[in-house]
Amino acid sequence: MALNINRPEPTLFEKSRPGRRGVRPPVHDVPQAPLPQEFLRQDLPLPELAERDVVSHYVRLSRKNYGVDLGFYPLGSCTMKYNPKINEVAARMRGFGDIHPLQPVETVQGALELMVRLQEMLGVISGFPSVTLQPAAGAQGELTGVLVIRKYLHDIGEGQRDIILIPDSAHGTNPATTAMAGLKAVEIQSDEDGNADLRSLQAALDRYPGRIAGLMITNPNTLGLFEAHIQEICQMIHDAGGLVYGDGANLNAIMGILRPADVGIDIMHFNLHKTFSTPHGGGGPGAGPVGCVEKLAPYLPGPIPQRQEDGSLDWAMPAKSIGRIRSFWGNFGVLVRAYTYIRMHGAQGLREVSENAVLNANYLMHHVKRTYPVPYGHRTCMHEFVAQGKLPDAPDVHALDIAKRLIDLDNAHPPTIYFPLIVPEALMIEPTETESKETLDQFVADLEQIAEEARTRPELLHEAPHNAPVRRLDEVRAARRPILSYIMELQQEG
Amino acid sequence: MTFVVNTDADRAEMLAAIGVQRIEDLFLDVPAAHRFPRLDLPPALTEAEVLADLRAMADRNADLEGNVSFLGAGAYHHFIPAVVDFVISRSEFYTSYTPYQPEVSQGTLQALFEYQTMIATLSGMEVSNASHYDGATSTAEGVNMALHLTRHKRTRIVMAPTVHPQYRAVVHTYLQGYDLEFVGEDLPPFDYLDALTELIDDNTACVVVQNPDFLGAIQSPARLQELADAVHAHKALFLVVANPISLGLLTPPGEYGADIYAGEGQATGNALSFGGPYLGLFACRMAHVRKSAGRIVGETVDVEGRRGFVLTLVAREQFIRREKASSNICTNQNLNALACAVYLTALGKQGLRQVAQSCTDNAHYLASRIQELPGYEVLNPGHFFHEFAVRCPEPVSAINDHLLHEKQIVGGYDLGQDYPELGDNVMLLCTTELNTPEQMDRLVDGLRERSEAHGA
Repeated sequence: MALNINRPEPTLFEKSRPGRRGVRPPVHDVPQAPLPQEFLRQDLPLPELAERDVVSHYVRLSRKNYGVDLGFYPLGSCTMKYNPKINEVAARMRGFGDIHPLQPVETVQGALELMVRLQEMLGVISGFPSVTLQPAAGAQGELTGVLVIRKYLHDIGEGQRDIILIPDSAHGTNPATTAMAGLKAVEIQSDEDGNADLRSLQAALDRYPGRIAGLMITNPNTLGLFEAHIQEICQMIHDAGGLVYGDGANLNAIMGILRPADVGIDIMHFNLHKTFSTPHGGGGPGAGPVGCVEKLAPYLPGPIPQRQEDGSLDWAMPAKSIGRIRSFWGNFGVLVRAYTYIRMHGAQGLREVSENAVLNANYLMHHVKRTYPVPYGHRTCMHEFVAQGKLPDAPDVHALDIAKRLIDLDNAHPPTIYFPLIVPEALMIEPTETESKETLDQFVADLEQIAEEARTRPELLHEAPHNAPVRRLDEVRAARRPILSYIMELQQEG
Repeated sequence: MTFVVNTDADRAEMLAAIGVQRIEDLFLDVPAAHRFPRLDLPPALTEAEVLADLRAMADRNADLEGNVSFLGAGAYHHFIPAVVDFVISRSEFYTSYTPYQPEVSQGTLQALFEYQTMIATLSGMEVSNASHYDGATSTAEGVNMALHLTRHKRTRIVMAPTVHPQYRAVVHTYLQGYDLEFVGEDLPPFDYLDALTELIDDNTACVVVQNPDFLGAIQSPARLQELADAVHAHKALFLVVANPISLGLLTPPGEYGADIYAGEGQATGNALSFGGPYLGLFACRMAHVRKSAGRIVGETVDVEGRRGFVLTLVAREQFIRREKASSNICTNQNLNALACAVYLTALGKQGLRQVAQSCTDNAHYLASRIQELPGYEVLNPGHFFHEFAVRCPEPVSAINDHLLHEKQIVGGYDLGQDYPELGDNVMLLCTTELNTPEQMDRLVDGLRERSEAHGA
């Protein structure tokens, strides 16, 4: 039997047997193509398995994975909410799943209709008049936004502006995106309340007159706090001649609560896999549409579907576009799921989502801070909060140990750890709105049990997990002597 | 409807616990003037209602189950075995996230390790990453890596005119922040290799070709090795874009000198889905892997010495290196990479070769039939894989209209939009293993009707 999920599963290559066949493709009665022998490969060392073995291999692997459908997944900054099953049905409809991206536009009017409606709905939620659905992920949305800002500044004769300001609490993608766009990242400190520090911001503006291209800001920020001075910050950047990029990673806290455009954000991305429940897929695919104010709209990547005067739909490339950011039109299958989710909620439903996401986070924070330090616990948090895996009477215990011990208790996936970087031993906890009070209470009980164990039996934490398909893995060895394929494993053994 | 779990009683209890009167009071940090805007969205629908709404839109699309397709140009209509959707529908896979906690993510990690092994094998390269967004961004990340490897001292990028036009466009988009010189894209699309070689100099960071190229042509491995030697003589990097299905049959890029392999992985087990989500295949030399972008899975052991898998070489990545990272990419296209891996496993060594053989056999059969038609001419001067260019007696749009309305056939790709020098009458046709001889004969009949209409 194979009920024990901890039993090792051999790789496909170890299970392969010469001559074994899986799925047979159709072969037709036409002559063989006259390709010269020297064009052909000699060997194709792919595995050889029967279909039955393929299925049991992947089913066994799947059971070594934890997903939202199994239980609580409070991974901060990732919005691991429940993924409605209707989304999967929608994306697999023949008329959506089985259409070619380059079909004549009159044969895909329904697909363009869905895209135009999604553009309009994302525009309503965020307050931006223009939206492109092309970016494949949040990070690609960021690159889109910064390239748009850069090109706009060039066009108005401000091409010397080369600095993007980024708070020290930001995701690593923000500075990496800035560098990729050929601009320089300058860090802004956070203040004692967890907001972007206005003095630090003013100092940067004073230090680089005429060079500020813009600011990238996440709101609510990665501490789970609403940026209290967001309007003032946007005003300062605009006065300095820059533009404000909004990282939409945390939109789940503010749907129907605040439209980012209303406080001065110029351009932002949406993470459809977070806020709008399209699944995370084990790490993609996501989608990172970008919305912006009117003056930036001509620079968006495209083509973008638009309504024509006769009511039909067609593609249009924005006049001064930065160009294509990926092939075809975007991650259409993800767009179908997000459309489905928004249509099922409506305005009131989306506001309830955000209200309950924030309520759940505050309820959890209220209980967690009795046991663990929560550096900004004096404020109301938004959809997530950052605690510290640093207990006064267990100095040798770290956030990593607490995370691994949570795996043993088997009630929840561990939270995000060691991010944001400005909080030592960070435990970043995002419960989402799709969890019950009982689940939250259980999580609090687990964290309290772990705090107690940290004092009395710290080795239990240091050696955790005990109950998982593998124990703690040697990541240093993996990086020092990289084995990146089964072929390399054989070479290292040989 | 929403998927919120809390009841009114739960909410009351939770608000009381935290000492807040009303849920609205949790949002006092939000500027009052802009708090709780009215969102003008369509009314909420039940599951049954949203299905009807979706169905109405889906029904307005001509799907390829009801129509025959000869359209390729970077997205391909192959058979997807039932096991693929079965595996990617396991919610342990599709409702998990990036394997930050490897002990509870061994399923994803081992599947990716196996994926990397198969992509390295298929491309003939030393090491594959865990995927990029699509073929276009994989190519752009490859060129970006070449710029890093040549320390941003070199500014020339040589690209063949037959690299997928959208991939070339994305390379330009990604690199617009740098002062670079792009050459080669305006060379004649049916005869460019010699001229492309001439363009390589000591300022060249990267040379990009596609094989089979966008027009379906296959170059001989010996000729591509000569090009690779010329690239390496100038200490530049050689990036080859290739369709993974073709590599079931053809000599892989790693065997003719490629330093970087990029490809669109959609054809291997992923639905057409109107252009996405797809996955970008990416592989390179081991010596360059620390300058590469994107997630990579490595093998290691746990404290008891058991084999296990982790995300590795993370010191390259944005969440560690921030502005010094090799790219801003965060996730891979994990579920699509899983579909690709399941597809390659399900077909296996013999099955993939058969798919590739069937695709190219069909294309040659179709080309030979079309070549006999008055008014039509197959333009590819040499060998081709499963696509080829045809000059027609009238504009491609008119031919395609006729095929769609009279024969329920989605016709070829209009090459004039990317290669104006070819005019309006040249289409790119594609066959896969799903095209039967009867379908190809139906297409030939449709084409003949148009040449007869023109009195050819």
